[in-house]
Amino acid sequence: MHANVHVIGDATGQANFKALHDPFWVRWGLVGVAVGFIVLFLCVPLGLVLYQAFSKGWQAYWTALAQPDAIAAMQLTLVVALITVPLNTVFGVAAAWAITRFEFWGKSLLTTLIDLPFSVSPVISGLIFVLMFGAQGWFGQWFSVHDIKVIFAVPGIVLATIFITFPFVARELIPLMQEMGSEEEEAALSLGASGWKTFFLVTLPNIKWALLYGVLLCNARAMGEFGAVSVVSGHIRGVTNTLPLHVEVSYNDYDVIGAFSSASILAGLAIVTLVLKSFLEWKQARA
Amino acid sequence: MTQSNIMPGFRPALAYTLFYLCLVVLIPLSTLVFKSLQLSWTDYLEIISNTRVVSSFRVSFGTSLIAALVAGLFGFVIAWVLVRYPFPGKRFLDALIDLPFALPTAVAGVILATIFQPSGLLGKWLMSSFGVQVAYKPLGIVVALIFIGIPFVVRTVEPVLQEFDTTMEEAASSLGATRLQVFTQVIFPNIFPALLTGVSLAFARGVGEYGSVIFIAGNLPYVSEIVPLLIITKLEQYQYAGATAIALTMLLVSFLLLLIVNLLQLWARRRSGQI
Repeated sequence: MHANVHVIGDATGQANFKALHDPFWVRWGLVGVAVGFIVLFLCVPLGLVLYQAFSKGWQAYWTALAQPDAIAAMQLTLVVALITVPLNTVFGVAAAWAITRFEFWGKSLLTTLIDLPFSVSPVISGLIFVLMFGAQGWFGQWFSVHDIKVIFAVPGIVLATIFITFPFVARELIPLMQEMGSEEEEAALSLGASGWKTFFLVTLPNIKWALLYGVLLCNARAMGEFGAVSVVSGHIRGVTNTLPLHVEVSYNDYDVIGAFSSASILAGLAIVTLVLKSFLEWKQARA
Repeated sequence: MTQSNIMPGFRPALAYTLFYLCLVVLIPLSTLVFKSLQLSWTDYLEIISNTRVVSSFRVSFGTSLIAALVAGLFGFVIAWVLVRYPFPGKRFLDALIDLPFALPTAVAGVILATIFQPSGLLGKWLMSSFGVQVAYKPLGIVVALIFIGIPFVVRTVEPVLQEFDTTMEEAASSLGATRLQVFTQVIFPNIFPALLTGVSLAFARGVGEYGSVIFIAGNLPYVSEIVPLLIITKLEQYQYAGATAIALTMLLVSFLLLLIVNLLQLWARRRSGQI
């Protein structure tokens, strides 16, 4: 009797174990496939950027980066990000405040519209600004009479970048602030704090990591955007080339060191973004 | 405004949100619609039915579909491994998944073209071992779009796998199911809607992708020319109407496909009892 029970228990226990865990060969086979894929598709490309950039040594690397066109491209990229990121950050906070703290008609439509730029091809994002401000565009005549250049000039690049990076901050803040609820803010307000004081002392400390996260992603895209900017820029060397466009122009000129030295700066930016992203996710999880 | 009357700033916040949205997104996007309204129906059909345009649509949607499916397969395996199995270096690999999101597409493009060109690191090996040329062929577009698509799949499947209730697996196994049955009949149906979302996101992104593709594609009309590139070509020839008609068609087809995917997803959720 005893022995019988024992055998049954053992048998079912083993059946359970087998159906809950993958066999050894499946486990390591899948790990092998996953790691192999990541190494081949993600690690090798990163290594290759550095290999190509330094293939003629440090000297050639620095000479390529110190070219006037490369420096102008870096400056333009910084300027574009410096205009774009603050504008979209202010918008993101305002939108998240309106959407998560109040009920109003058409709210879900508004939330959908905010995500719209993500589902538009970068090339189309550039095209719409050409249609607006180009020579044959809506405002093209007026702008050309007043001698203001938008397309094939810096304002067009800024506009296209704002469009592309429009949703980033709002989209990080809205779910978080929705989940947080407004009890803490209501408490502060009912104790007599002003609206701004409540925002800076109650809301902001609660959302700061998510806000930084959104700003980080917005900045990475603003500095790295290629398709939309490529349509409106006109590729004028030293004037309307951002760093990604400088990579393209150099690559098409068979200037390997020029292309990959600039690419290494952008790849470095991507790695810094990933590291900060992991850090912010960790902070957010602890907050 | 019924929920919280005491919260301040509703009017300015909403007014600014709407103003900025209209100024930056809606008005610019509406040019696409107004510009194409200037075209007559016959002109529109003539532009769209041009063989070069039709070929580019076939290339774009075809390569995006294949790439999204491959990314779906590998993305699923990667998400599974990252959630279920402990192994050294896992956190590092997990962080690396987002690289295609963070890396500027032009950089991804020149790197992939360099690796896969016939004299490149992998291109040379693929050529000598299998006689396969990747770069400057439609296959190159697929490779670039797999790179772009992989994080979409991993990042949508991962959280669903993480939250998957393992008691369901235990219940199935105590009723005598084998591991394969547990996977195919319990785990997979529950993960499938998320996988479908990931694949459709990768597909939608792939159709519009430009930067990572043009360097590796070869851009041969009728063979490896993608729709976004054709739009740019038309623009460079000052054929604004043609560019607009193609762009609007691409947007509409993409939205239609996403709608179909959403309906499919609803159906899959209903079937697996999630709604």
